[in-house]
Amino acid sequence: MNKLPVTPNLSPSSVDDVYHWLVNAHEGLSDAESMRFNARLILLLVNAIGDPQLIREAIHYAARTRKSET
Amino acid sequence: MGRPSDIPVWRHIGEAPCPPSGQERVTIAIVGAGPVGLAMALEFGRRGHQVLLLNRPDFISAGSKAICFSKRSLDIFDRLGVGDAIVEKGVSWNVGKVFWGDRPDPVYQFDMLPVKEQKRPGFLNIPQYHVEDILFDAASTLSSIDMRFGHEVTNVLPDDDGVDLEVRTSLNSYKVRADWVIACDGSRSPIRSMLGLEFEGRIFEDNFLIADIRMKGDHPSERWFWFDPPFNPGQSALMHKQPDDIWRLDFQLGWNIDRKAAVAPENVEPLVRAMLGPDVEFSREWYSIYTFQCRRIERFLHGHVIFAGDSAHLVSPFGARGCNGGFADIDNLGWKLDLILRGEAPASFLETYDEEAIVTADENIRNSTRSTDFITPKSETSRAFRDAVLELAQDFPFARPFVNSGRLSTAISYPDSGINTPDMDRWVGGVAPGSPVIDVPIGNRWLLDRLGNRFVVLADGWQGPAPDGVEIIDVGIAAETLQLIRRRFDFSPGAACLIRPDQYVAARWRTPTPALVSDALRRARGLA
Repeated sequence: MNKLPVTPNLSPSSVDDVYHWLVNAHEGLSDAESMRFNARLILLLVNAIGDPQLIREAIHYAARTRKSET
Repeated sequence: MGRPSDIPVWRHIGEAPCPPSGQERVTIAIVGAGPVGLAMALEFGRRGHQVLLLNRPDFISAGSKAICFSKRSLDIFDRLGVGDAIVEKGVSWNVGKVFWGDRPDPVYQFDMLPVKEQKRPGFLNIPQYHVEDILFDAASTLSSIDMRFGHEVTNVLPDDDGVDLEVRTSLNSYKVRADWVIACDGSRSPIRSMLGLEFEGRIFEDNFLIADIRMKGDHPSERWFWFDPPFNPGQSALMHKQPDDIWRLDFQLGWNIDRKAAVAPENVEPLVRAMLGPDVEFSREWYSIYTFQCRRIERFLHGHVIFAGDSAHLVSPFGARGCNGGFADIDNLGWKLDLILRGEAPASFLETYDEEAIVTADENIRNSTRSTDFITPKSETSRAFRDAVLELAQDFPFARPFVNSGRLSTAISYPDSGINTPDMDRWVGGVAPGSPVIDVPIGNRWLLDRLGNRFVVLADGWQGPAPDGVEIIDVGIAAETLQLIRRRFDFSPGAACLIRPDQYVAARWRTPTPALVSDALRRARGLA
């Protein structure tokens, strides 16, 4: 564990852009289309990361955040 | 014993006569003469052991069962002396194609024989009853095998040294004492029930229609799989070529269906025509519905009762891991029990069958479950990921390996098996301890044929001496394929590996010594 960067890895000037792109890409999509879009995006990013342990770690952190919300 | 009336007959064998009265004693009793039980009988019979094979039906059944036999199973058939007969009868194939929707080109394709220059193809399609025919005929020629069809085991009473079986025929009942009982009696294993063993696992809520049809077709010998095709919207479909102009069509139907109506010709035939064209001429061989489960028993070894094949593990059909998984069991068990019967290994050696066969079963269950989850997504999110993979696969090569229409059966490795001798040298690839040998031409023969079913040292110039009774095969006889062999094994001059009777590597060395080889052999026989 602890290979996945969890401190800022994008430049401060780009985070708002990136966030905007993520949200904006869903404009006009139904929930089902959005879900599929997200799936395509995750698959592309997962392949780009290319390290199963990093991906596992990311899944772990994402699941932990979800738990703390509920 | 009467014939279970709902099972169609392929070949009538007839009820064997009862043995003369008095307590009969046998070394090995095998219960169930399906492909796994027959192959198990042949394995022991060829090794000279006395085998009693008991089968409840007095016939070989027809109907649609296993058709896809893996290269590994073909290699096992070769060692049982029936490889050529089976391969001649079947349809060889290597390539699988996966289609999505109405797109004419495959979104993904794979080759089941990525390493060429091997004797056998990646896969062979042949109906199970032909395999049973060929195994039955081969077993019939051996006086060591006593096959009794129409004999049902009604009770099994194991103790510390062996097993008492009670057997019933239509005329009589009798008792047999066996040193070892091998339960190859199928997914509903009566032996398993009589011993009260749990069969844990998972049921999948889906129905599939099998339509085996006879037609003249020029479709290539490939496995074709469709996600969401126009002829079966929202579901999957599969097409396989079999011998004698028979084709296996497999349609996913979903869970809430009328199963009786689904096999009625008036409902099947429109599906077939939608798939193959409105004017296709065909006749019905067999229509049936199947569902499936993934299960296994906790231990395959219960004293002197040993489980193999479907009695021990069940998988979904995607990946052809059912019958092929059963052959892996008997291949692993055969040489081990043989050594025990010859007094060359302790009875505790069978624990390694339990260990290695469970590694195989678990990998088969894991793979077939994952294929099923891809083919039949269980949630909206799961379906979104599945469809996203298919969408991306059209344009981006990275997504194609994610497409899972079944990960087809190959030999499974046991890297952590206790009878391996771990590497002490540096190797780059090659065949590691616990992995199966890759076939390769050697001289004017195939390596796997040369190895046979005994311990062998494969050496690159090492002169030995090898332990008593162990042959050294030198790769120098390969002549023009020497470099190919060196690449496949990552051999360097002076290297060697010890190969088990089931053609798995037990140990390998860059610079072997007689003491190292001898130690590895002892370990591989359960003596270390």
